[in-house]
Amino acid sequence: MIATASDTSEPRSAAEGSPDRSTGAQSGGPTPRGSTRAGADHGGVRSGSAERGRVRARSTRRGAKLAAGSRSKATSSRGGSGLTRWVQRGGLTTVVFALPLIIIFGVFSWYPIVRSFVMAFQKTNLVTTKWVGWENFAWVLTDPDLPKALMNTGYFLLLALLIGFPIPLIGAVLMSEVKKMKGLFTILAYLPVVIPPVVSVLLWKFFYDGRPEGVFNTLLGYIGLGPFPWLNDKHWAMPSLVLEATWAGAGATVIIYLAALISVPAELYEAAELDGAGIWKKIWHVTLPQLRGVLFITFILQIISTAQVFLEPYLFTGGGPNKATLTILLMIYNYAFGASLGSDYGSATALSVMLAIVLAIFSLIYFRLTKSWSKS
Amino acid sequence: MNSTKKSLAVLGSAMGLALLVSGCSNNTPANTTTPDSTGGDSGQVTLTVVGLKAGSTPEAYQGLAQQVSDFEAKNPGIKIVTMDYEWKATTFAADLAGGTLPDVYEIPFTDSKTLAANNQIADLNSYLDQFPYKGGFNDAVLQYGKGTDGHVYAIPAKSIYGIGMHYNRDLFTKAGLDPDKPPTTWDQVRTAAKAIADKTGQAGFCQMTSSGTGGWQLTVDTYSRGGSVETVGSDGKATATVTNDATKAALQYLKDLRWTDNSMGSNFTYDWGSINQAFAAGQCGMYTSGQDVYVSLVQSNDMDPKIYGLTMIPQDGPKAGVLGGGTLAAVNVKATDAQKEAAVKWITYYYLDRYSNEAAAVAQAKLTLANDQPVGVPELPIFSDADYANYQEWIKPYVNVPLDQMTNFTSKIGDATLINEPPVATQDVYASLDPVVQAVLTDQNASIDSLLNDANAVAQRAIDKAAAGEEE
Repeated sequence: MIATASDTSEPRSAAEGSPDRSTGAQSGGPTPRGSTRAGADHGGVRSGSAERGRVRARSTRRGAKLAAGSRSKATSSRGGSGLTRWVQRGGLTTVVFALPLIIIFGVFSWYPIVRSFVMAFQKTNLVTTKWVGWENFAWVLTDPDLPKALMNTGYFLLLALLIGFPIPLIGAVLMSEVKKMKGLFTILAYLPVVIPPVVSVLLWKFFYDGRPEGVFNTLLGYIGLGPFPWLNDKHWAMPSLVLEATWAGAGATVIIYLAALISVPAELYEAAELDGAGIWKKIWHVTLPQLRGVLFITFILQIISTAQVFLEPYLFTGGGPNKATLTILLMIYNYAFGASLGSDYGSATALSVMLAIVLAIFSLIYFRLTKSWSKS
Repeated sequence: MNSTKKSLAVLGSAMGLALLVSGCSNNTPANTTTPDSTGGDSGQVTLTVVGLKAGSTPEAYQGLAQQVSDFEAKNPGIKIVTMDYEWKATTFAADLAGGTLPDVYEIPFTDSKTLAANNQIADLNSYLDQFPYKGGFNDAVLQYGKGTDGHVYAIPAKSIYGIGMHYNRDLFTKAGLDPDKPPTTWDQVRTAAKAIADKTGQAGFCQMTSSGTGGWQLTVDTYSRGGSVETVGSDGKATATVTNDATKAALQYLKDLRWTDNSMGSNFTYDWGSINQAFAAGQCGMYTSGQDVYVSLVQSNDMDPKIYGLTMIPQDGPKAGVLGGGTLAAVNVKATDAQKEAAVKWITYYYLDRYSNEAAAVAQAKLTLANDQPVGVPELPIFSDADYANYQEWIKPYVNVPLDQMTNFTSKIGDATLINEPPVATQDVYASLDPVVQAVLTDQNASIDSLLNDANAVAQRAIDKAAAGEEE
């Protein structure tokens, strides 16, 4: 019902991907855009262009054949042969395969996005609805809590980048160096991702008990630290949230980095070793440059996802203490569901739309700025 | 892919799609105690109703199932399907909008007028005389269920409460306090809280702070000192008054307990559910909440009744009062006439018969007792005082609630002034005060005046918006 940036980004990437897939399926070869990217990554821009040219030529020939087919259909009286041929060639199967995805995206992504844009200009309790123009946007922009929520979201984002971005990378690099029991470490790293997020948060809420006999306080007490207030203090609350979020999400990123590390050619390391490079020099001069494409993507994904942080502040603190963990998404939630009957879906969707637009613009700028960096 | 594999793939996709579609369209209520029939049996009406709070004891579910069976036996044309339910400000609107509420659901006093104005609950005016005593409810209570057109839309059902002070007798004893003589003034509460904290290591006094409950309880504290967080002028215009002296005094009191005495423990994120949990676990010496919370403490938090004590919230000054509220039963506006008829019968059976019919009162008390659930929790009268006295007499042999541990409340609440919750933008006003209570309890340098000024602006903004909405 409420648009988020991830909602808006999904259909766009799906829309970009679908022509590639259809062309690839028709030509029976790899997707042209994929091969172009792969070519570019390996410095083969020209060969990528050539491949794209060949695909275009094939498509043109195919288009000509199809046009001829449709002409013959129009001129002959053998109506239905096109449909039969389409069915025989697996058209029905394609539709059946695509239908679940189309329905899922349509119902759960595209429709809510459109509905959110519409609702942002309405006042509705879902029984009676009235158009109010830009009123909802004005209400949100004059909300005294908005600057605080923006600051908090930025603070969460910063902490998540400082803590959450390097940890999976370091973990993946270290794990890739391990010779034995790599599988065990991978499982251990990924395990938190398997635990349902709400369960994780409730578990950590229990750990964060501010009493001296709380789990973390007891453990830290053994080494003479604490007790700490954790969620009960405006300075401690946000870092506590980030810590749990990092624990819960790092595993998935570790897996991505591990997969990317496998693709780093072993010869590069051998060459570096021959040049006398130690482990840190190998990481700095070989690993990181080879991972930069993945790093670039995970970085922007992390920014987008942390800008939409909701679960942790909602379940841990409800935005408290004294709004110290009030985030943009929590504000959206409070607008929509904070009061039992005063539900302000219009303002909630207005803020959602603004957030989506800001993130989309940020992503575009980021992609533009880092385009050359990611390919060089 | 050969043709067999292709066929299997197509079949698999089709089945997946069918499952997806059926999953989307499945509107069977979750956590029902009886399976939903199609409702299509000839002449049979299926009615979904509020059941218990999720996580209630198996005995409580068993008792409810028996009540449902008994009702269905007496009303052969009606099939009852119960749903787990707990009214929460944060989820009610979504449930209402999403159509996931049962046909008969419970709402707080503060919500019925708006729901009626929005045409979101059914008009029950024509059914009023079918309720006990021909609908002769206590007028002070029934008025909450009336719409602006004077029609009755919601029926007083249960938990007609005044706020009380709940205390842990066990911790009182351990702290050297007399559990039969709980504190009667705020100063005595402070002394007792400090004694409990010092001698037991547990929080002497706990306070709700989250999900709107912080504002709710600060309003309670304000009323008990003769103040008000919202006033409505003769022109009907509401004004936020959270900067009043009583609210300031209440916050200063909390600040003293927290930072001077250190008697409030170290958890300041409590809401209604989590504070009950902490109290039942023996982590809180005292806290304020509705007098009816005993049921939840036993049903959902497995509290040992021996530790429980209930007394009046201190009343400070001639204008002091006790915040009162309660629960109404409403019927979904989309209910058919047959469902409304069935709903009236169910509301009468489940909530009200006990107050007018000795046999029903005794039967229900016996059933509740057999399932080891609380019988005889103190209430405020839904009908007349005399009717309530009769009811108490009827169920006396079956009472298993430690009423002698509640006499400090039950003997005095009748003389107290009950004050309603803020009428306009209630939940928003409460929400504006949550951060204030949180700040006072988590920041030693918090400025009460500054916090209240900010909160007043936020509350007034919400009140103005709500008022503008009503004018439209």
